[in-house]
Amino acid sequence: MSTLQLNKAVVFFEVEILDAKTKDKLCFLDKVRTLFFSFHWYPARQSIRLDPKGKSLKDEDVLQHLPVGTTATFYFRDLGAQISWVTVFLTEYTGPLVLYLMFYFRVSFIYAPKYDFTTSKHWVVHLACMCHSFHFMKRLLETLFVHRFSHGTMPLRNIFKNCTYYWGFAAWMAYYVNHPLYTPPIYGEQQIRLALIIFLFCQIGNFSIHIALRNLRPPGSKTRKIPYPTKNPFTWIFLLVSCPNYTYELGAWFGFTLMTQCLPVAFFTLVGFIQMTVWAKGKHRSYLKEFRDYPPLRSPILPFIL
Amino acid sequence: HYEEAYGEARLKCPHVALKQHRKPGFFWWLVLAMAMMRFYIQKGTHKGLYRSIARTLKFFQTFALLEVGHCALGIVRTSVIVTGVQVCSRIFMVWFVTNSIRQIQNEESVILFLVVWTMTEITRYSYYTFNLLHHLPYFIKWARYNLFIVLYPLGVAGELLTIYAALPFVRRSGMYSMRLPNKYNVSFDYYYCLIVFMLSYIPLFPQLFFHMLRQRRRVLHGEVIVEKDD
Repeated sequence: MSTLQLNKAVVFFEVEILDAKTKDKLCFLDKVRTLFFSFHWYPARQSIRLDPKGKSLKDEDVLQHLPVGTTATFYFRDLGAQISWVTVFLTEYTGPLVLYLMFYFRVSFIYAPKYDFTTSKHWVVHLACMCHSFHFMKRLLETLFVHRFSHGTMPLRNIFKNCTYYWGFAAWMAYYVNHPLYTPPIYGEQQIRLALIIFLFCQIGNFSIHIALRNLRPPGSKTRKIPYPTKNPFTWIFLLVSCPNYTYELGAWFGFTLMTQCLPVAFFTLVGFIQMTVWAKGKHRSYLKEFRDYPPLRSPILPFIL
Repeated sequence: HYEEAYGEARLKCPHVALKQHRKPGFFWWLVLAMAMMRFYIQKGTHKGLYRSIARTLKFFQTFALLEVGHCALGIVRTSVIVTGVQVCSRIFMVWFVTNSIRQIQNEESVILFLVVWTMTEITRYSYYTFNLLHHLPYFIKWARYNLFIVLYPLGVAGELLTIYAALPFVRRSGMYSMRLPNKYNVSFDYYYCLIVFMLSYIPLFPQLFFHMLRQRRRVLHGEVIVEKDD
Protein backbone atom coordinates (compact mmCIF):
# COMPACT_ATOMS: atom_id res chain seq x y z
CA MET A 1 0.00 0.00 0.00
CA SER A 2 1.74 3.20 -1.06
CA THR A 3 1.56 6.02 1.47
CA LEU A 4 0.65 9.40 0.06
CA GLN A 5 1.69 12.65 1.61
CA LEU A 6 -0.06 15.81 0.51
CA ASN A 7 1.27 18.95 2.09
CA LYS A 8 -0.57 21.39 -0.08
CA ALA A 9 -4.33 22.14 -0.07
CA VAL A 10 -6.23 19.16 -1.36
CA VAL A 11 -9.10 19.42 -3.82
CA PHE A 12 -11.90 17.00 -3.06
CA PHE A 13 -14.48 15.89 -5.59
CA GLU A 14 -18.03 14.69 -5.21
CA VAL A 15 -18.89 11.97 -7.65
CA GLU A 16 -22.33 10.75 -8.71
CA ILE A 17 -22.71 7.50 -10.61
CA LEU A 18 -26.00 7.23 -12.50
CA ASP A 19 -27.53 4.36 -14.43
CA ALA A 20 -27.00 5.16 -18.11
CA LYS A 21 -30.52 4.15 -19.13
CA THR A 22 -32.79 5.09 -16.29
CA LYS A 23 -30.66 7.95 -14.92
CA ASP A 24 -31.27 6.60 -11.39
CA LYS A 25 -28.67 7.63 -8.87
CA LEU A 26 -26.74 4.41 -8.18
CA CYS A 27 -24.18 5.84 -5.82
CA PHE A 28 -22.74 9.05 -4.52
CA LEU A 29 -19.09 9.41 -3.59
CA ASP A 30 -18.17 12.19 -1.24
CA LYS A 31 -14.62 13.55 -0.61
CA VAL A 32 -12.87 11.78 -3.47
CA ARG A 33 -9.22 12.62 -3.88
CA THR A 34 -8.17 13.48 -7.42
CA LEU A 35 -5.35 10.92 -7.50
CA PHE A 36 -7.77 8.05 -7.60
CA PHE A 37 -8.98 9.04 -11.05
CA SER A 38 -5.60 8.91 -12.70
CA PHE A 39 -5.52 6.83 -15.90
CA HIS A 40 -2.38 5.31 -14.52
CA TRP A 41 -4.41 2.89 -12.41
CA TYR A 42 -6.48 1.10 -15.04
CA PRO A 43 -8.94 -1.52 -13.75
CA ALA A 44 -6.68 -4.54 -14.32
CA ARG A 45 -4.19 -2.97 -11.94
CA GLN A 46 -6.66 -2.29 -9.17
CA SER A 47 -7.04 -4.59 -6.27
CA ILE A 48 -9.86 -3.73 -3.92
CA ARG A 49 -10.13 -5.72 -0.77
CA LEU A 50 -11.95 -5.73 2.55
CA ASP A 51 -8.80 -6.39 4.53
CA PRO A 52 -5.37 -4.87 3.72
CA LYS A 53 -3.68 -8.25 3.83
CA GLY A 54 -6.60 -10.26 2.49
CA LYS A 55 -7.62 -11.49 -0.93
CA SER A 56 -8.76 -9.22 -3.70
CA LEU A 57 -12.49 -8.84 -4.38
CA LYS A 58 -13.64 -10.22 -7.71
CA ASP A 59 -15.18 -8.23 -10.53
CA GLU A 60 -18.44 -10.11 -10.07
CA ASP A 61 -18.79 -9.34 -6.35
CA VAL A 62 -21.86 -7.30 -5.46
CA LEU A 63 -21.75 -4.76 -2.66
CA GLN A 64 -24.95 -6.05 -1.06
CA HIS A 65 -23.56 -9.57 -0.74
CA LEU A 66 -20.36 -8.53 0.99
CA PRO A 67 -20.01 -8.81 4.77
CA VAL A 68 -20.12 -5.06 5.38
CA GLY A 69 -22.57 -2.82 7.21
CA THR A 70 -24.01 0.43 5.90
CA THR A 71 -20.57 2.07 5.88
CA ALA A 72 -18.02 -0.01 4.06
CA THR A 73 -14.24 0.45 4.05
CA PHE A 74 -12.25 -0.92 1.16
CA TYR A 75 -8.51 -1.07 0.77
CA PHE A 76 -6.92 -0.25 -2.55
CA ARG A 77 -3.73 -1.83 -3.72
CA ASP A 78 -1.86 -1.08 -6.92
CA LEU A 79 -0.91 -4.39 -8.50
CA GLY A 80 1.72 -2.79 -10.70
CA ALA A 81 1.85 -2.72 -14.48
CA GLN A 82 -0.19 -5.59 -15.92
CA ILE A 83 0.02 -7.57 -19.11
CA SER A 84 -2.54 -9.94 -20.57
CA TRP A 85 -2.07 -13.69 -20.20
CA VAL A 86 -2.53 -14.21 -23.92
CA THR A 87 0.34 -11.84 -24.72
CA VAL A 88 2.62 -13.54 -22.23
CA PHE A 89 1.80 -17.02 -23.52
CA LEU A 90 2.27 -16.07 -27.15
CA THR A 91 5.63 -14.44 -26.46
CA GLU A 92 6.99 -17.16 -24.24
CA TYR A 93 6.02 -19.95 -26.68
CA THR A 94 7.14 -18.28 -29.90
CA GLY A 95 10.67 -17.92 -28.55
CA PRO A 96 11.42 -21.63 -28.15
CA LEU A 97 9.84 -22.39 -31.51
CA VAL A 98 12.06 -19.93 -33.35
CA LEU A 99 15.21 -20.54 -31.32
CA TYR A 100 15.13 -24.32 -31.71
CA LEU A 101 14.78 -23.95 -35.48
CA MET A 102 17.75 -21.61 -35.55
CA PHE A 103 19.88 -24.27 -33.86
CA TYR A 104 18.41 -27.00 -36.07
CA PHE A 105 19.36 -25.18 -39.24
CA ARG A 106 22.73 -24.36 -37.69
CA VAL A 107 22.56 -20.65 -38.31
CA SER A 108 25.94 -18.83 -38.31
CA PHE A 109 27.86 -18.10 -35.09
CA ILE A 110 26.31 -20.97 -33.12
CA TYR A 111 28.64 -23.81 -34.05
CA ALA A 112 32.01 -23.80 -35.79
CA PRO A 113 31.83 -22.12 -39.24
CA LYS A 114 32.41 -25.34 -41.14
CA TYR A 115 29.05 -26.62 -39.82
CA ASP A 116 26.99 -23.55 -40.79
CA PHE A 117 23.71 -24.48 -42.49
CA THR A 118 24.55 -28.17 -42.55
CA THR A 119 22.09 -30.83 -41.42
CA SER A 120 22.58 -33.60 -38.89
CA LYS A 121 23.20 -37.10 -40.17
CA HIS A 122 21.09 -38.64 -37.40
CA TRP A 123 17.41 -39.01 -38.25
CA VAL A 124 16.46 -38.73 -34.56
CA VAL A 125 17.60 -35.10 -34.66
CA HIS A 126 15.10 -34.37 -37.44
CA LEU A 127 12.40 -36.21 -35.52
CA ALA A 128 13.21 -34.25 -32.36
CA CYS A 129 12.93 -30.97 -34.24
CA MET A 130 9.52 -31.97 -35.58
CA CYS A 131 8.31 -32.99 -32.14
CA HIS A 132 9.60 -29.86 -30.40
CA SER A 133 8.15 -27.56 -33.06
CA PHE A 134 4.85 -29.43 -33.04
CA HIS A 135 4.65 -29.09 -29.26
CA PHE A 136 5.08 -25.33 -29.29
CA MET A 137 2.83 -24.79 -32.30
CA LYS A 138 0.17 -26.73 -30.42
CA ARG A 139 0.66 -24.51 -27.38
CA LEU A 140 0.37 -21.35 -29.47
CA LEU A 141 -2.82 -22.52 -31.16
CA GLU A 142 -4.31 -23.60 -27.84
CA THR A 143 -3.58 -20.18 -26.38
CA LEU A 144 -5.39 -18.53 -29.27
CA PHE A 145 -8.34 -20.88 -29.68
CA VAL A 146 -8.77 -23.27 -26.80
CA HIS A 147 -7.90 -21.86 -23.40
CA ARG A 148 -10.38 -19.83 -21.38
CA PHE A 149 -8.51 -17.70 -18.86
CA SER A 150 -10.01 -16.85 -15.46
CA HIS A 151 -7.69 -13.90 -14.91
CA GLY A 152 -7.22 -11.45 -17.74
CA THR A 153 -3.80 -10.16 -16.70
CA MET A 154 -0.66 -10.85 -14.71
CA PRO A 155 2.12 -8.52 -13.44
CA LEU A 156 4.39 -7.20 -16.17
CA ARG A 157 7.60 -8.55 -14.66
CA ASN A 158 6.29 -12.08 -15.21
CA ILE A 159 6.89 -11.84 -18.92
CA PHE A 160 10.62 -11.30 -18.37
CA LYS A 161 10.84 -14.11 -15.88
CA ASN A 162 8.85 -16.56 -18.01
CA CYS A 163 10.58 -15.72 -21.27
CA THR A 164 14.01 -16.09 -19.68
CA TYR A 165 12.98 -19.54 -18.46
CA TYR A 166 11.47 -20.83 -21.71
CA TRP A 167 13.85 -19.18 -24.14
CA GLY A 168 16.92 -19.97 -22.03
CA PHE A 169 16.10 -23.64 -21.68
CA ALA A 170 15.08 -23.95 -25.33
CA ALA A 171 18.44 -22.55 -26.44
CA TRP A 172 20.35 -24.78 -24.01
CA MET A 173 18.53 -27.96 -25.15
CA ALA A 174 18.61 -27.09 -28.83
CA TYR A 175 22.36 -26.42 -28.73
CA TYR A 176 23.15 -29.97 -27.69
CA VAL A 177 20.54 -31.89 -29.66
CA ASN A 178 21.52 -30.16 -32.91
CA HIS A 179 25.24 -30.19 -32.19
CA PRO A 180 27.50 -31.71 -34.87
CA LEU A 181 28.97 -33.96 -32.15
CA TYR A 182 25.56 -35.18 -30.92
CA THR A 183 25.43 -38.83 -29.81
CA PRO A 184 22.15 -40.65 -30.61
CA PRO A 185 20.38 -42.75 -27.94
CA ILE A 186 22.18 -45.88 -26.70
CA TYR A 187 19.35 -48.30 -27.48
CA GLY A 188 18.89 -46.81 -30.92
CA GLU A 189 15.71 -47.36 -32.87
CA GLN A 190 13.84 -49.15 -30.06
CA GLN A 191 14.41 -46.30 -27.66
CA ILE A 192 13.42 -43.67 -30.19
CA ARG A 193 10.28 -45.54 -31.22
CA LEU A 194 9.12 -45.99 -27.64
CA ALA A 195 9.87 -42.35 -26.89
CA LEU A 196 7.86 -41.20 -29.91
CA ILE A 197 4.85 -43.28 -28.88
CA ILE A 198 4.94 -41.86 -25.36
CA PHE A 199 5.34 -38.35 -26.74
CA LEU A 200 2.43 -38.58 -29.18
CA PHE A 201 0.18 -40.32 -26.67
CA CYS A 202 0.76 -37.54 -24.16
CA GLN A 203 0.30 -34.78 -26.72
CA ILE A 204 -3.12 -36.15 -27.66
CA GLY A 205 -3.93 -36.63 -23.99
CA ASN A 206 -2.89 -33.10 -23.10
CA PHE A 207 -4.99 -31.70 -25.95
CA SER A 208 -8.01 -33.77 -24.90
CA ILE A 209 -7.79 -32.42 -21.37
CA HIS A 210 -7.58 -28.85 -22.63
CA ILE A 211 -10.70 -29.37 -24.73
CA ALA A 212 -12.51 -31.01 -21.82
CA LEU A 213 -11.63 -28.11 -19.51
CA ARG A 214 -12.76 -25.62 -22.13
CA ASN A 215 -16.11 -27.34 -22.47
CA LEU A 216 -16.65 -27.12 -18.74
CA ARG A 217 -16.93 -23.39 -19.00
CA PRO A 218 -19.38 -21.66 -21.31
CA PRO A 219 -17.92 -18.75 -23.37
CA GLY A 220 -17.40 -15.54 -21.42
CA SER A 221 -18.23 -17.07 -18.06
CA LYS A 222 -15.91 -17.62 -15.15
CA THR A 223 -17.77 -20.47 -13.46
CA ARG A 224 -15.79 -23.21 -11.82
CA LYS A 225 -16.90 -26.85 -11.99
CA ILE A 226 -15.39 -30.21 -11.17
CA PRO A 227 -13.99 -31.80 -14.34
CA TYR A 228 -15.17 -35.38 -15.02
CA PRO A 229 -14.16 -38.05 -17.55
CA THR A 230 -15.93 -37.75 -20.91
CA LYS A 231 -16.40 -40.17 -23.79
CA ASN A 232 -12.81 -39.54 -24.84
CA PRO A 233 -10.62 -42.29 -23.29
CA PHE A 234 -7.80 -39.82 -22.78
CA THR A 235 -9.95 -38.00 -20.22
CA TRP A 236 -10.57 -41.12 -18.14
CA ILE A 237 -7.46 -40.14 -16.19
CA PHE A 238 -9.70 -37.59 -14.43
CA LEU A 239 -10.77 -40.51 -12.23
CA LEU A 240 -7.33 -40.58 -10.68
CA VAL A 241 -5.83 -37.12 -11.14
CA SER A 242 -6.97 -33.51 -10.56
CA CYS A 243 -4.67 -31.91 -13.14
CA PRO A 244 -4.12 -34.46 -15.91
CA ASN A 245 -2.97 -31.74 -18.29
CA TYR A 246 0.19 -31.52 -16.18
CA THR A 247 0.47 -35.30 -16.04
CA TYR A 248 0.36 -35.55 -19.82
CA GLU A 249 2.74 -32.61 -20.18
CA LEU A 250 5.26 -34.37 -17.94
CA GLY A 251 4.82 -37.53 -19.98
CA ALA A 252 5.45 -35.68 -23.23
CA TRP A 253 8.69 -34.17 -21.98
CA PHE A 254 9.74 -37.51 -20.54
CA GLY A 255 9.23 -38.96 -24.00
CA PHE A 256 11.28 -36.16 -25.52
CA THR A 257 14.09 -36.78 -23.01
CA LEU A 258 14.10 -40.46 -23.89
CA MET A 259 14.12 -39.62 -27.58
CA THR A 260 17.06 -37.23 -27.44
CA GLN A 261 18.96 -38.72 -24.48
CA CYS A 262 20.21 -35.28 -23.60
CA LEU A 263 20.92 -34.14 -20.03
CA PRO A 264 19.73 -30.54 -20.50
CA VAL A 265 16.39 -31.92 -21.72
CA ALA A 266 16.19 -34.15 -18.65
CA PHE A 267 16.94 -31.15 -16.50
CA PHE A 268 14.20 -29.12 -18.18
CA THR A 269 11.76 -31.97 -17.64
CA LEU A 270 12.71 -32.13 -13.97
CA VAL A 271 12.31 -28.41 -13.36
CA GLY A 272 9.00 -28.41 -15.23
CA PHE A 273 7.85 -31.37 -13.14
CA ILE A 274 8.63 -29.55 -9.91
CA GLN A 275 6.82 -26.40 -11.04
CA MET A 276 3.79 -28.30 -12.31
CA THR A 277 3.58 -30.30 -9.11
CA VAL A 278 3.45 -27.06 -7.12
CA TRP A 279 0.67 -25.77 -9.38
CA ALA A 280 -1.22 -29.07 -9.31
CA LYS A 281 -1.13 -29.25 -5.52
CA GLY A 282 -2.45 -25.69 -5.33
CA LYS A 283 -5.23 -26.43 -7.77
CA HIS A 284 -6.09 -29.66 -5.97
CA ARG A 285 -6.28 -27.83 -2.66
CA SER A 286 -8.56 -25.16 -4.08
CA TYR A 287 -10.82 -27.82 -5.61
CA LEU A 288 -11.09 -29.52 -2.22
CA LYS A 289 -11.88 -26.22 -0.54
CA GLU A 290 -14.47 -25.17 -3.06
CA PHE A 291 -16.34 -28.43 -3.65
CA ARG A 292 -17.73 -30.52 -0.80
CA ASP A 293 -18.29 -33.54 -2.98
CA TYR A 294 -14.87 -33.62 -4.64
CA PRO A 295 -13.91 -37.21 -5.60
CA PRO A 296 -11.59 -38.53 -2.89
CA LEU A 297 -9.65 -40.94 -5.11
CA ARG A 298 -7.91 -38.16 -7.04
CA SER A 299 -4.28 -37.09 -6.57
CA PRO A 300 -2.94 -33.73 -7.74
CA ILE A 301 -0.63 -34.86 -10.55
CA LEU A 302 0.56 -38.48 -10.36
CA PRO A 303 -2.05 -41.20 -9.67
CA PHE A 304 -1.77 -42.40 -6.06
CA ILE A 305 1.72 -40.96 -5.70
CA LEU A 306 1.75 -37.19 -5.69
CA HIS B 1 31.01 -11.74 35.20
CA TYR B 2 30.37 -13.39 31.88
CA GLU B 3 28.81 -16.39 33.61
CA GLU B 4 26.56 -14.07 35.59
CA ALA B 5 25.46 -12.25 32.50
CA TYR B 6 24.96 -15.57 30.73
CA GLY B 7 22.87 -16.89 33.61
CA GLU B 8 20.69 -13.80 33.62
CA ALA B 9 20.30 -13.94 29.88
CA ARG B 10 19.13 -17.54 30.09
CA LEU B 11 16.04 -16.39 31.92
CA LYS B 12 15.32 -13.45 29.64
CA CYS B 13 16.46 -14.63 26.25
CA PRO B 14 14.38 -17.37 24.62
CA HIS B 15 16.99 -18.16 22.03
CA VAL B 16 19.48 -19.89 24.23
CA ALA B 17 20.15 -22.50 21.58
CA LEU B 18 21.17 -19.72 19.23
CA LYS B 19 23.68 -18.37 21.71
CA GLN B 20 25.13 -21.81 22.19
CA HIS B 21 25.60 -22.01 18.45
CA ARG B 22 27.10 -18.54 18.34
CA LYS B 23 29.78 -19.39 20.89
CA PRO B 24 31.36 -22.19 18.81
CA GLY B 25 31.23 -20.02 15.67
CA PHE B 26 33.01 -17.22 17.44
CA PHE B 27 35.44 -19.73 18.87
CA TRP B 28 36.39 -21.23 15.49
CA TRP B 29 37.19 -17.89 13.92
CA LEU B 30 39.25 -16.92 16.93
CA VAL B 31 41.12 -20.22 16.72
CA LEU B 32 41.71 -19.60 13.05
CA ALA B 33 42.99 -16.10 13.70
CA MET B 34 45.38 -17.33 16.36
CA ALA B 35 46.59 -20.23 14.18
CA MET B 36 47.29 -17.85 11.34
CA MET B 37 49.17 -15.41 13.55
CA ARG B 38 51.18 -18.15 15.18
CA PHE B 39 52.15 -19.62 11.82
CA TYR B 40 53.28 -16.30 10.49
CA ILE B 41 55.26 -15.46 13.60
CA GLN B 42 56.95 -18.87 13.63
CA LYS B 43 57.64 -19.24 9.93
CA GLY B 44 57.94 -15.62 8.88
CA THR B 45 56.22 -16.36 5.58
CA HIS B 46 52.70 -16.94 4.37
CA LYS B 47 53.69 -19.89 2.21
CA GLY B 48 52.12 -23.04 3.56
CA LEU B 49 49.79 -21.10 5.84
CA TYR B 50 46.72 -22.13 3.92
CA ARG B 51 47.61 -25.81 4.12
CA SER B 52 47.96 -25.60 7.87
CA ILE B 53 44.49 -24.17 8.45
CA ALA B 54 42.70 -25.78 5.48
CA ARG B 55 40.90 -28.54 7.31
CA THR B 56 39.57 -26.32 10.10
CA LEU B 57 38.45 -23.73 7.61
CA LYS B 58 36.56 -26.20 5.41
CA PHE B 59 34.96 -27.82 8.42
CA PHE B 60 33.37 -24.83 10.06
CA GLN B 61 32.82 -22.87 6.86
CA THR B 62 30.41 -25.61 5.87
CA PHE B 63 28.75 -25.26 9.27
CA ALA B 64 27.96 -21.71 8.21
CA LEU B 65 25.09 -23.25 6.26
CA LEU B 66 23.29 -23.22 9.57
CA GLU B 67 23.44 -19.43 9.40
CA VAL B 68 21.16 -19.46 6.43
CA GLY B 69 18.78 -21.72 8.32
CA HIS B 70 18.70 -19.29 11.23
CA CYS B 71 17.81 -16.42 8.95
CA ALA B 72 15.16 -18.47 7.23
CA LEU B 73 13.59 -19.33 10.58
CA GLY B 74 13.60 -15.64 11.49
CA ILE B 75 15.78 -16.05 14.53
CA VAL B 76 18.31 -13.57 13.22
CA ARG B 77 17.20 -10.40 11.55
CA THR B 78 19.27 -10.57 8.39
CA SER B 79 17.91 -11.24 4.97
CA VAL B 80 18.03 -14.90 3.91
CA ILE B 81 19.14 -14.03 0.42
CA VAL B 82 22.01 -11.78 1.54
CA THR B 83 23.36 -14.36 3.97
CA GLY B 84 22.69 -17.17 1.51
CA VAL B 85 24.69 -15.50 -1.24
CA GLN B 86 27.58 -14.81 1.11
CA VAL B 87 27.68 -18.33 2.51
CA CYS B 88 27.43 -19.91 -0.95
CA SER B 89 30.23 -17.81 -2.38
CA ARG B 90 32.45 -18.62 0.61
CA ILE B 91 31.78 -22.34 0.36
CA PHE B 92 32.46 -22.17 -3.37
CA MET B 93 35.78 -20.38 -2.74
CA VAL B 94 36.88 -22.81 -0.04
CA TRP B 95 35.80 -26.08 -1.66
CA PHE B 96 36.02 -25.44 -5.38
CA VAL B 97 38.83 -22.97 -5.71
CA THR B 98 41.45 -23.04 -2.96
CA ASN B 99 40.87 -26.67 -2.03
CA SER B 100 40.95 -28.08 -5.54
CA ILE B 101 43.57 -25.90 -7.18
CA ARG B 102 46.72 -26.50 -5.15
CA GLN B 103 48.95 -24.19 -7.13
CA ILE B 104 47.24 -21.04 -5.90
CA GLN B 105 47.25 -21.90 -2.22
CA ASN B 106 50.35 -19.82 -1.57
CA GLU B 107 49.10 -16.72 -3.32
CA GLU B 108 48.96 -13.49 -1.34
CA SER B 109 45.35 -12.97 -2.37
CA VAL B 110 44.38 -16.09 -0.40
CA ILE B 111 45.86 -14.62 2.77
CA LEU B 112 44.10 -11.36 1.98
CA PHE B 113 40.62 -12.83 1.93
CA LEU B 114 41.34 -15.17 4.84
CA VAL B 115 42.37 -12.24 7.02
CA VAL B 116 39.35 -10.22 5.88
CA TRP B 117 36.93 -13.08 6.55
CA THR B 118 38.46 -13.68 9.98
CA MET B 119 38.20 -10.03 11.00
CA THR B 120 34.68 -9.67 9.65
CA GLU B 121 33.42 -12.80 11.32
CA ILE B 122 34.98 -12.14 14.71
CA THR B 123 33.40 -8.68 14.72
CA ARG B 124 30.06 -10.06 13.56
CA TYR B 125 29.89 -12.88 16.07
CA SER B 126 30.96 -10.59 18.93
CA TYR B 127 28.20 -8.24 17.91
CA TYR B 128 25.54 -10.98 17.88
CA THR B 129 26.70 -12.51 21.14
CA PHE B 130 26.82 -9.23 23.05
CA ASN B 131 23.55 -8.17 21.49
CA LEU B 132 21.81 -11.30 22.73
CA LEU B 133 23.21 -10.63 26.18
CA HIS B 134 21.77 -7.09 25.98
CA HIS B 135 25.19 -5.78 26.88
CA LEU B 136 26.62 -4.34 23.68
CA PRO B 137 29.73 -2.15 23.97
CA TYR B 138 29.60 0.72 21.50
CA PHE B 139 32.98 -0.08 19.97
CA ILE B 140 31.77 -3.47 18.80
CA LYS B 141 28.72 -1.91 17.21
CA TRP B 142 30.98 0.73 15.65
CA ALA B 143 33.36 -1.93 14.38
CA ARG B 144 30.62 -4.06 12.89
CA TYR B 145 29.05 -1.25 10.98
CA ASN B 146 32.20 0.62 9.91
CA LEU B 147 34.96 -1.91 9.27
CA PHE B 148 33.02 -3.51 6.46
CA ILE B 149 33.50 -0.38 4.36
CA VAL B 150 37.16 -1.32 4.06
CA LEU B 151 36.95 -5.06 4.59
CA TYR B 152 34.25 -5.89 2.01
CA PRO B 153 36.09 -4.44 -1.00
CA LEU B 154 39.37 -5.95 0.22
CA GLY B 155 37.76 -9.33 0.65
CA VAL B 156 36.22 -9.17 -2.82
CA ALA B 157 39.60 -8.17 -4.24
CA GLY B 158 41.24 -11.15 -2.53
CA GLU B 159 38.63 -13.58 -3.82
CA LEU B 160 38.68 -12.26 -7.37
CA LEU B 161 42.47 -12.20 -7.57
CA THR B 162 42.60 -15.79 -6.31
CA ILE B 163 40.16 -17.02 -8.94
CA TYR B 164 41.98 -15.04 -11.62
CA ALA B 165 45.26 -16.66 -10.59
CA ALA B 166 43.62 -20.08 -10.72
CA LEU B 167 42.28 -19.70 -14.26
CA PRO B 168 45.39 -20.83 -16.19
CA PHE B 169 45.69 -23.97 -14.05
CA VAL B 170 42.04 -24.81 -14.60
CA ARG B 171 42.41 -24.32 -18.33
CA ARG B 172 45.46 -26.50 -18.55
CA SER B 173 44.16 -29.36 -16.43
CA GLY B 174 40.57 -29.28 -17.68
CA MET B 175 39.33 -30.10 -14.21
CA TYR B 176 35.60 -30.53 -13.45
CA SER B 177 34.94 -30.25 -17.17
CA MET B 178 33.15 -32.45 -19.64
CA ARG B 179 33.49 -32.26 -23.41
CA LEU B 180 31.49 -33.44 -26.39
CA PRO B 181 30.86 -36.02 -27.69
CA ASN B 182 29.49 -38.03 -24.77
CA LYS B 183 26.40 -40.15 -24.21
CA TYR B 184 24.68 -37.51 -22.06
CA ASN B 185 24.97 -34.89 -24.81
CA VAL B 186 26.05 -32.15 -22.45
CA SER B 187 29.24 -30.20 -21.92
CA PHE B 188 30.59 -28.19 -19.03
CA ASP B 189 33.64 -25.99 -18.93
CA TYR B 190 34.80 -25.11 -15.42
CA TYR B 191 37.01 -22.35 -16.84
CA TYR B 192 34.01 -20.42 -18.18
CA CYS B 193 32.03 -21.28 -15.07
CA LEU B 194 34.68 -19.48 -13.01
CA ILE B 195 34.58 -16.49 -15.34
CA VAL B 196 30.79 -16.31 -14.99
CA PHE B 197 31.23 -16.58 -11.21
CA MET B 198 33.66 -13.65 -11.27
CA LEU B 199 31.29 -11.59 -13.42
CA SER B 200 28.45 -12.27 -10.99
CA TYR B 201 30.28 -10.14 -8.44
CA ILE B 202 29.38 -7.11 -10.57
CA PRO B 203 25.65 -7.18 -9.83
CA LEU B 204 25.88 -8.90 -6.45
CA PHE B 205 28.65 -7.06 -4.62
CA PRO B 206 27.06 -3.56 -4.87
CA GLN B 207 23.75 -4.96 -3.61
CA LEU B 208 25.38 -6.53 -0.56
CA PHE B 209 27.47 -3.44 0.05
CA PHE B 210 24.57 -1.01 -0.15
CA HIS B 211 22.48 -3.33 2.02
CA MET B 212 25.15 -3.02 4.71
CA LEU B 213 25.31 0.76 4.19
CA ARG B 214 21.55 1.00 4.73
CA GLN B 215 21.85 -1.11 7.88
CA ARG B 216 24.63 1.17 9.03
CA ARG B 217 22.57 4.31 8.57
CA ARG B 218 19.68 2.74 10.41
CA VAL B 219 21.66 1.40 13.34
CA LEU B 220 24.23 4.12 13.85
CA HIS B 221 22.26 7.17 12.88
CA GLY B 222 18.74 6.00 13.67
CA GLU B 223 17.52 6.89 10.21
CA VAL B 224 14.27 5.30 9.17
CA ILE B 225 14.72 3.63 5.83
CA VAL B 226 11.56 2.83 3.95
CA GLU B 227 12.00 -0.50 2.20
CA LYS B 228 10.51 -0.83 -1.28
CA ASP B 229 7.89 -3.47 -0.65
CA ASP B 230 5.76 -2.79 2.39
